Amino acid sequence: MITRLRYRKFVSGFMLGMTGLAAFITVSVLFFILGYLVYHGGTSINWNFFTKLPTPVGEAGGGMANAIVGSAKLLFLASLIGVPVGFLGGVYLAEFSGGAIAFVVRYAADLLNGVPSIVIGIFAYALVVLPFKHYSTLAGSFALALMMIPITLRSTEQFLQAVPGSLREGAMALGASKWKTIASVIVPAAYRGILTAILLALARVAGETAPLLFTAFGNRFWSPGWEQPTASLPVMIYTYAISPYDDWHRQAWAAGLVLLGLILVVNIIARAILARGVSIPRT
Amino acid sequence: MAATTTTVPNAGPVSGSRSFLRKLREGDEIARIITFLFASTVVLVTILLVFELWHGSSLARHKFGFGFFVTSVWDPIAGDFGALPFIYGTLVTALVSLAIAVPLGIGAAIFLAELAPQKISDTLQFFIDLLAAVPSVIYGLLGVFIIVPIMREYIQPFLKSTLGFLPLFTGPAYGIGFFTAGIVLAIMVIPYIVSVSREVLLSVPRDQREAALALGSTRWESTWKVVVPFARTGIMGSIFLALARALGETMAVTMVIGNTPTISASLFSPGYSIAAVIANEFSEATGDLYVQSLIELGLVLFILTFVLNGLARLLIILTAQRGSEMGRT
Amino acid sequence: MKRFAGLLLVVLALAGMVWAQGALLINGAGATFPYPIYSKWFDEYHKKFTNVQINYQSVGSGAGIKQVTEGTVDFGASDAIMNDDQLKAYADKHGSGILHFPMVLGAVVPIYNVPGVNSALNFTPEALAGIFLGRVTKWNDPAIASANKGVNLPANDIVVVHRSDGSGTTYIWTDYLSKVSSDWNTKPGKGASISWPVGLGGKGNEGVSGLIRNTPNSIGYVELIYAVQTKIEYASVKNSSGDFVKADFGSVSAAAAGAAKDMPDDFRVSITNAPGKGAYPISSFTWLLIPAKFSDAGKRDAMKGFIKWGITDGQSYAENLSYAKLPKEVVAKELKAIDKIQ
Repeated sequence: MITRLRYRKFVSGFMLGMTGLAAFITVSVLFFILGYLVYHGGTSINWNFFTKLPTPVGEAGGGMANAIVGSAKLLFLASLIGVPVGFLGGVYLAEFSGGAIAFVVRYAADLLNGVPSIVIGIFAYALVVLPFKHYSTLAGSFALALMMIPITLRSTEQFLQAVPGSLREGAMALGASKWKTIASVIVPAAYRGILTAILLALARVAGETAPLLFTAFGNRFWSPGWEQPTASLPVMIYTYAISPYDDWHRQAWAAGLVLLGLILVVNIIARAILARGVSIPRT
Repeated sequence: MAATTTTVPNAGPVSGSRSFLRKLREGDEIARIITFLFASTVVLVTILLVFELWHGSSLARHKFGFGFFVTSVWDPIAGDFGALPFIYGTLVTALVSLAIAVPLGIGAAIFLAELAPQKISDTLQFFIDLLAAVPSVIYGLLGVFIIVPIMREYIQPFLKSTLGFLPLFTGPAYGIGFFTAGIVLAIMVIPYIVSVSREVLLSVPRDQREAALALGSTRWESTWKVVVPFARTGIMGSIFLALARALGETMAVTMVIGNTPTISASLFSPGYSIAAVIANEFSEATGDLYVQSLIELGLVLFILTFVLNGLARLLIILTAQRGSEMGRT
Repeated sequence: MKRFAGLLLVVLALAGMVWAQGALLINGAGATFPYPIYSKWFDEYHKKFTNVQINYQSVGSGAGIKQVTEGTVDFGASDAIMNDDQLKAYADKHGSGILHFPMVLGAVVPIYNVPGVNSALNFTPEALAGIFLGRVTKWNDPAIASANKGVNLPANDIVVVHRSDGSGTTYIWTDYLSKVSSDWNTKPGKGASISWPVGLGGKGNEGVSGLIRNTPNSIGYVELIYAVQTKIEYASVKNSSGDFVKADFGSVSAAAAGAAKDMPDDFRVSITNAPGKGAYPISSFTWLLIPAKFSDAGKRDAMKGFIKWGITDGQSYAENLSYAKLPKEVVAKELKAIDKIQ
């Protein structure tokens, strides 16, 4: 009886130890990734990386200035398209709709959220690249925006719904119309959460490569305006990583470090914003 | 982004009492229409996407019919296209990834939800959320330069010498192939399993645990025999979610799978996945049939992830409901 | 936050306007085979004529043909000539034709990474076909060993690496194998992307060289410059007169000598397995695919200017990058053909 109990206690301790180990392994992967990137990328990063254009293939030197700007432009335009649609759609879901329409919109958003990014790429190619006869920043941004919309929409809805009913009723009782209540009371109350969601959506699409392959394409030079192909950091990492040149590998690591650094910083900021706000459900 | 919908009673009891005109003047109706337009964009885009995939693959669907899924020829010169090697590669890499990610992920989730003090649990969860934010192409980069050499030099020779009698671990150790792709995928999907499973485990009512402990169970027994079974459906949901992610993953897989349409029992063999073949060949496919076959692959991928995501969401919601019902009694 | 966003908007809008008024940007895509020299050319050309920027993306010949046909790029590049179906597809879509301009000559070389073997290997056509058909599977197979007396070949499995994308390099390679091996000719045949009997796929010449560098006991095929730049060993190949020839601009020029004399008007010609004592058997021209009609006169003139520069002054960059210059007769013929671009 005693040995049986000791055995059970041993099993308990052992298995709990294993779960701890599993958690440790999982978390340590993050530090491995960061460590490798800092180790390989840190030594390769230099001023040229941020200021120079790529060199002709096989020649050492050069940088990814155009890809950094290209990524920034892609994300900017993607937010410009994606955030209003997601945000206002979310407002509709939380405040104006009910029943069947809401169900359909939610369903469509969840569906869109689950679409593999490469399929989004096909769609953007067919819808934007082919009719305009141009690979472009616009096409790439459209693809990225499609990925931002469902995230923004569903989070906006959640955060708005979590605003306490008393706030809403208070404003209405003072005679404010519904949209005034939403604009001046409800949205401000939930704005931290919504901002967090937008930042997280931005961070997620910032690293997307697959939808850019046949939309934003690539560019050796600066991409003027919005209707020309553009270089972007993720695509550069991909093409440089599979190349045979040591110098390009070096730059791929550097680009990886910059990209991941930015994404993690945005993630941390986003979560910090949320943590300082009122208590709101987790996303 | 686990969508746990919190239903709050809709605060709009006044709507019926005002006239339409008045609402219009006060802007309510305008606001409603504008936000409705934006919301319907989402529906429109989704319908368009499905239509584009369906319409864009009509030629291939008619020509090959069901045979598309069971033939393994992929011959652009002859214009003969079969999807089997890609479907096979996609499924095999996804299964390998789950074989690794499920035990690790659930283990970690149990630790976070049941054992670790709140503070540590939150900190670790924060790191795991960050891990989920690492982009695919970075995993590919690490895969190409770190994981592939390790697989080729150490792990695959080791598996060959110890488990080489299994057909799974035979053939030359290229380093790239199904196995490596599966491992990279595993690393990528673990955060999803951990995050969702942790949430689900946390939603198990406290008294369930306490009852088991009071009856003399050890901590592990109460966790494994009471809490985990209670959360089983939700955990299954997290696995489906991870599976859907793994199936649709493109860049990291393309970089380490070997890009060859082969069907081989050996996990060391190079292969191909649906997403990878689209990434590689979509921009160069000449001839309608070739393009359409690739779009049909996209359609297949879409349907697979759609079904899995739906199932996952359903299971997670079911567990959450059960938890709150039990919690109330 | 709002102020910051507003500032960002202004900066980006300004930047967008500045760039928009900058140089003329011409987009091209296609072959990876000539990418090293093209990127050098486009770089030099931009330095000379700062108002013209030619953005070339090396996505593979297949993609070059496809994208120029779709009209998503201004010009394509390929080292596989467009076949009649593809020409017809282009004409149907655009109502006008597309022109081939040979820009430079190159060689496809078998590259390998066999630990312990540091000398250049010799390959017979039979050995190459055997390896890529999956019949020769060990490095010490007699098919390889017989042509490499004195080299200590290991008994390791051969790892075959080929292209995963539609590729002109693949076209040249399989065009050659089809000519020297009847088995190859029946199946899998020649083409820009074929159904491979064995091997791993790498994307682009870059991807194949990358895989070979990283994978011991591997063999693949790339354009010569990729082997040179990445310092990977490449082999001599037995030509039709029975000599083992190593690829260099001399042996490639020798292979082109015959074709140069009777070049067809559309420049579509194959020079693999060419006769001649010193001729390297896996050589090819590489072509720019230029629409016969441009809707934008600025782009048209810039493109014409570039082609003219490339086939004359530009040729001086060729040998440094291990490509062979175009034969004089071909240049003369092309200079006349440039006028066909409208």
